[in-house]
Amino acid sequence: MQKSDSGRTKLFTRRALIMGGAQALLLGGLAGRMYQLQVVDSDRYKMLAEENRINMQLLPPPRGRIYDRFGLPLAVNQLDYRLVIVPEQTHSLDETLESLQTLVSIDSHDRERIAREVKRKRSFVPITVRENLTWEEVSRVEVHAPDLPGVFIDVGQSRHYRYGGLAAHVIGYVGAVSESELKGDAVLALPGFQIGKNGVEKAFERALRGKAGSRQVEVNAYGRIIRELTRRDGQPGDDHILTIDMGLQEYASARLGGESAAAVVLDVHTGEVLAMVSVPSFDPNQFATGLSRAAWKKLIDNPRFPLTNKVIAGQYSPGSTFKIVVALAALASGELGPGFEAFCPGYLTLGNRRFHCWRKNGHGRLAMIDGLARSCDVYFYEVARRVGVDRIAAMARRFGFGEPLGLELPGERAGLVPTRDWKLATHGESWQKGETLIIGIGQGFLLSTPLQLAVMAARVANGGVAVRPTLVREIQRGGDRARAPREAFPSMALSPAHLAVVQAGMKRVTNHPRGTAFRARIEEPELAMAGKTGSVQVRRISKRERETGVIKNEDKPWEERDHALFVGYAPVGAPRYAVAVVVEHGGGGSKAAAPVARDILREVQLRDPARRGRGQSVAFRPRES
Amino acid sequence: MPRTLELNRPQMGLLEKALRINWMLVLLICVPAAIGVAMLYSAAGGDLQPWASRQIIRFGIGAALMFIVALVDIRSWMRASYVIYALALVLLAGVEVLGATVMGAQRWVDLGVLQLQPSEIMKVALVMALARYFHGVTLEDMRRVTVLIPPILLILAPVGLVLRQPDLGTAALLAISGTAMLFLAGVRLWTVGLAIGGLLAAVPIAWQFLHEYQKTRILTFLDPETDPLGAGYHILQSKIALGSGGIFGKGFLQGTQSHLNFLPEKQTDFIFTMLAEEQGLVGGLGLLVLYLALIVYGIAISLRSASAFGRLLGMGVVTTFFLYVFINVAMVMGVIPVVGVPLPLISYGGSAMLTLMFGFGLLLNIHIHYDVHIGRRASLRE
Repeated sequence: MQKSDSGRTKLFTRRALIMGGAQALLLGGLAGRMYQLQVVDSDRYKMLAEENRINMQLLPPPRGRIYDRFGLPLAVNQLDYRLVIVPEQTHSLDETLESLQTLVSIDSHDRERIAREVKRKRSFVPITVRENLTWEEVSRVEVHAPDLPGVFIDVGQSRHYRYGGLAAHVIGYVGAVSESELKGDAVLALPGFQIGKNGVEKAFERALRGKAGSRQVEVNAYGRIIRELTRRDGQPGDDHILTIDMGLQEYASARLGGESAAAVVLDVHTGEVLAMVSVPSFDPNQFATGLSRAAWKKLIDNPRFPLTNKVIAGQYSPGSTFKIVVALAALASGELGPGFEAFCPGYLTLGNRRFHCWRKNGHGRLAMIDGLARSCDVYFYEVARRVGVDRIAAMARRFGFGEPLGLELPGERAGLVPTRDWKLATHGESWQKGETLIIGIGQGFLLSTPLQLAVMAARVANGGVAVRPTLVREIQRGGDRARAPREAFPSMALSPAHLAVVQAGMKRVTNHPRGTAFRARIEEPELAMAGKTGSVQVRRISKRERETGVIKNEDKPWEERDHALFVGYAPVGAPRYAVAVVVEHGGGGSKAAAPVARDILREVQLRDPARRGRGQSVAFRPRES
Repeated sequence: MPRTLELNRPQMGLLEKALRINWMLVLLICVPAAIGVAMLYSAAGGDLQPWASRQIIRFGIGAALMFIVALVDIRSWMRASYVIYALALVLLAGVEVLGATVMGAQRWVDLGVLQLQPSEIMKVALVMALARYFHGVTLEDMRRVTVLIPPILLILAPVGLVLRQPDLGTAALLAISGTAMLFLAGVRLWTVGLAIGGLLAAVPIAWQFLHEYQKTRILTFLDPETDPLGAGYHILQSKIALGSGGIFGKGFLQGTQSHLNFLPEKQTDFIFTMLAEEQGLVGGLGLLVLYLALIVYGIAISLRSASAFGRLLGMGVVTTFFLYVFINVAMVMGVIPVVGVPLPLISYGGSAMLTLMFGFGLLLNIHIHYDVHIGRRASLRE
């Protein structure tokens, strides 16, 4: 017993020691593993740990604001509380949305969009549930935040247009970045980021956007930010001060009322656009917050094209307003002088065709100044016939017709100035003499934008300086202000004597009892304006109709009525402002367009700060309200 | 041997026993426990709440239990061994039955103040029962294969029950410590080999009984980085934490992986990772050395014991302790699958703490009673 016991003790001791040794060896193995992880591969794991911990975030820069020339804020940024959800972090997306629904209203439209985005995006990408939360909604969500993992309130900035549709075509609007625009700037990919889609917002997108900053943040495993490690501030977008006078814009807009029309006011020396109105308009705020399908369809289907900026994208026959160009082309050609007289019996016969004057009974004998003032068609048929289409076209081009004027807005149209070569090239037919006559009264193939018409008036008014329109007065970056660069405008090299003839004709239009727009004159002599009316047939007048009597505009359906046009400038003595008004299907230019132009020209002169303030300088001061 | 004579007395006095308490062992237990409290303080982001303070209380209770266990006569423990084992087995079966029918996968019995895991009690109870059994078996008896049937049943019964819970880590721990006991008891090597072979052969069968998540864990373990956000996440994050700690660590309270919650279960199963992240290789190895010191000390105490029961029990406790350490540390370093075994004396949790302190109480007890000879039937004298 004793012997076996001691044998057993020995055996036990041996095995216990083996056991202990094995345990020490295994622990040594673990130590080796630790050495491998913590020394050999340590650098790799350190990097992985930093990747885990540190997130790079882009900081969207605040978008540059847009002001009118007197500092009224037109486009500003508002704090926008957004409700976002990270699907990955929720226990159940459906349940979370369900409970969110009791806290904030989520309509079926939003729900569909969320469902779409959930499918499309990866599960760690935050999805916007609702924008523009009220304070109450924000606090309700925050109170319930502990029960709603994966739900966050995100503070962003959204664009707000103080004046709604008033200058919508000038300012434009911002909207979500589309897939094709997702290039270049990484900030574009941020959820909810918006870029300019139209108007100044689009034209100056880069400068308005600014440069994104970035920061490194430490995040925990759930993606929650613990602290900021480094921050590189970006560059806020530049503030843009437009040349627009919002007061005038508002006035002109109201004056055009429910028409489908365009009006533009220029400074004849600087080319600054003081007002640019296209009605009907739309509310750009709807675009910034996202437009419903129904609202979009309504805008698109409207026959008066509220989305089109008719001032730069509406192309109309210039009609009789073009007689200004024809007259100058004739004088410049040397074919005839201002004293050239023609007899108007109410029509002109060319071959076997009759070309009618708007005045059935004719104007009798008249010279150029009266030809303009009374807008005699026959007189200008005759002038055009002698001068020829190509010389008229050349003068039209010198006035800026037939090409975009380079205004800082997207979508400016060129219009059309036909020539013999043009017709042969595009229509494959040679030019007809009758077509030259039609060009003489601004119809036929001719097309122009209201902006081109206003520029024409401005160039006549300023004595033949090739002024170009501009919309931006000043750009501010931080505290620095910079005037928008201005080139000196070249002279058009027109004879002052020739210009004087046209100016005299235009003055007579509104200031002589026989002028076509005498009734629309400005009565204060120091504010008096000069101008030219125009009426454009939308539809060809048939021979039978002419015989039975032309149907009055008021009696035609709206879409068959003539377009009414007027260009003008004021004050007559020392021109400062030029205007162009086009009222689609408004009837005659003297009735529908001239009174509007008159009121606008009168208003702009009355609003002139030099006039209002009398020596008091009106410095730019951005106003916040 | 004058001392042996002295100890032929029936019982030592309490004071006499108390004087024999091995304070070195107590110190080797207290130091890791203190480190554990510091780590739990760090895990809470530099706060005693919610873990560190409660861990201190638990350690206090555990220490009291340890001293009580240490001072009870070793023969009483030997006599109680089968009873404790039987109780643990009944509790284990009870949890299995109740858990299956009432509460889903429940592993513990709620005692109000603390929740007791029968599987934890079983870790000590199995060692006790096997020590008791082999105490009475001579080397000659050991040659008979029939002698081996009861201890193998003693091992397989709880292993089976724990596997069904399912608790892979505990099952492995029980199976390995049981096999170690067979080896220590002097069972011939080929028999031990047979037992191990049998265990390995059982693996494919056991695989059928595993739950899906356990299979996933094992499969993930084999190639964790294929699915970094899925099931492999824990192991990968743990390795990143460890590796990024480097030689000297990121500093107390400075572990980014732990404090930013990339590291899962940092206060329980993955606490070693946090220690190694914040204290580096130096801290991690330091703790391993402390553990090794405890193991060596425990082996020394076991070897000194005059009784086979004491020797086997001591080695059983030491081996169980070692297995805790090894399985946990190997797990967090991606050497073995994630099986859910806590780091002894450090991880937050009551059951493992009590089990360990009970075990250390037995070790102290063996040291106090090192010169007590015990007869085959646990009589007072030979």
